Amino acid sequence: MDTTILLVLSLGRKVAVVGTGHSKFGVRNDVNLAELTYESIKQALKEANLEAKEVQYLAVSNVGGWSSEPLSAVVVSEYAGMTGKPLYRIEAACASGSAAVYNAYNAVASGHVDIAMATGVEKMNESSTPTVVEFIGRAGNYFWEFENFGLTFPGYYALYATAYMAKYGATEEDLCQVAIKNHYYASLNPKAQFQRKIDMPTCMNSRYIAWPVKLFDSSPITDGSATVILASEEVAKKITDSPVWIHSVGAGSGSANLSRRGNFTGLRAAELAAKMAYKKAGLEPENTAKYFDVAEVHDCFTIAELMAYEDLGFVKRGEAYKVAKEGQTYIGGLIPVNLSGGLKAKGHPIGATGESMIAELTKQLLNKADKGRQATIKNGRAIAHNVGGTGHYAYVTILGLDKPKDI
Amino acid sequence: MPKSQKEEAEKFLSQLETFASSMKSSIGLPMIVDPKTNVAIWYDQRELKLRFMISVEKTRKFFESLSEGKLMATKCSKTGEILFPPQIDCPTSIDSEVEWVLLPKEGELLTYTVINTKPFSFSHYNDYTVGIAKLTNGVQVLAWVRETDPKKLKVGMKVKVEIVKREPEGYLTYELVPA
Repeated sequence: MDTTILLVLSLGRKVAVVGTGHSKFGVRNDVNLAELTYESIKQALKEANLEAKEVQYLAVSNVGGWSSEPLSAVVVSEYAGMTGKPLYRIEAACASGSAAVYNAYNAVASGHVDIAMATGVEKMNESSTPTVVEFIGRAGNYFWEFENFGLTFPGYYALYATAYMAKYGATEEDLCQVAIKNHYYASLNPKAQFQRKIDMPTCMNSRYIAWPVKLFDSSPITDGSATVILASEEVAKKITDSPVWIHSVGAGSGSANLSRRGNFTGLRAAELAAKMAYKKAGLEPENTAKYFDVAEVHDCFTIAELMAYEDLGFVKRGEAYKVAKEGQTYIGGLIPVNLSGGLKAKGHPIGATGESMIAELTKQLLNKADKGRQATIKNGRAIAHNVGGTGHYAYVTILGLDKPKDI
Repeated sequence: MPKSQKEEAEKFLSQLETFASSMKSSIGLPMIVDPKTNVAIWYDQRELKLRFMISVEKTRKFFESLSEGKLMATKCSKTGEILFPPQIDCPTSIDSEVEWVLLPKEGELLTYTVINTKPFSFSHYNDYTVGIAKLTNGVQVLAWVRETDPKKLKVGMKVKVEIVKREPEGYLTYELVPA
């Protein structure tokens, strides 16, 4: 079969983001899981001017384990008045949110439904920190890499940091540049977990949690929720004057065992997801920063943000730490990255991070971001990069103000 | 002597327990007020004990060989691909049989980290180093590295795989030792 024909068919109907919601991120012991989720569901429904009953499909991203509800999706759905709807709980580790958006996108693009909701929630503070550290550490290959060797999430990324620094000569200070930038933008984001700026000594003097990764290289343990509502072109036209279109979604995956990875200086899963997203959006996969006004990338650790610049093709291999040092990923630079504060400082409620990225970029494209952290919108295009586990899953989502072209 | 992370974690949990118990005797509910956020939390009255029983029947040879000081992998007879961790099906050649092969002990360190903040079930250990080595036949192995000062390690340095007994649990596993 001709592959071009196949690609056009596979893109399906055009899909728009018509509503977004975002809870305050942080330690949210003031609400339970369903209440927390509903904070963002409510905002998204209001923004889209829709009632819960009009939503035809619900994808709930939640990793859980550390929180009490094993069937979180049904608990959320019941609380939100959506019992009876087609319902899924989506898990792709830290990329669960983007997987849920992709799932909801496919439901609309395929023509199965006209209005689909992706909502993500994580309530990590229902368990104590050592238990949460344990759960995330088990996320890889439990039997071969955790049972005997007790890796942690910072530890997995530290394996990448060590290899990256050894290969390219990046330093711990270079990694801290990412933390400083993301804390700066989080200080302007009222939804962020950490609203304080940090300086180089604060980052450099913080203790090691998995050498060479320090506390301030690391995203926190976060409770939070975020929601996006997607609609078909026909419905989007009726309910909003300002749809933001999903131009493409790319997805990829990596081996469960880190020992089976080809290198430790980039994430193959993210590279594959980026290539697919660029191809579907009709963009070249290299020197890609020029296409976008703003990016949200998966900075669960500072090294992860640097690898993202390279995996997404913003810069060449080995160049990311240099652009970070030059401040090229602040507003006004080569490409502004993580103006929300990123996972690093906005917080990383595992299952909600993907929806949070899409909600943030939708606001950015519509010039509705908070003062001081609004990107200049010229191309009308933005990119989200969400990684699950340590490059176990990856999703790249491209959003735009223009209706996607038929490629 | 500083408290181990295990002692700290257990102290924290027992404080919660004590608080919940006193609330039960005063107001009849296991409701505690989070000192950080000043909000009411229900202290779960059901504790989950979780320990998995994982089949190693098909890879039994790997584990039994450890007691002979050997590190084994499987090899697809059709493609020659060596699989580690060992698996009994060959993913690139559906009909291929696999055979057990001995892995070389020499390799070089590709990357490493020292785990300072530990998972609960590892919180009784001192800081430990985890590394990935590429053996001389190209197979990569992840394991603890017998050196906890990261400054004494280097990407590319030679390491040897040794079969060791993990204490205090007292079971056989493997470790990377700087050569």
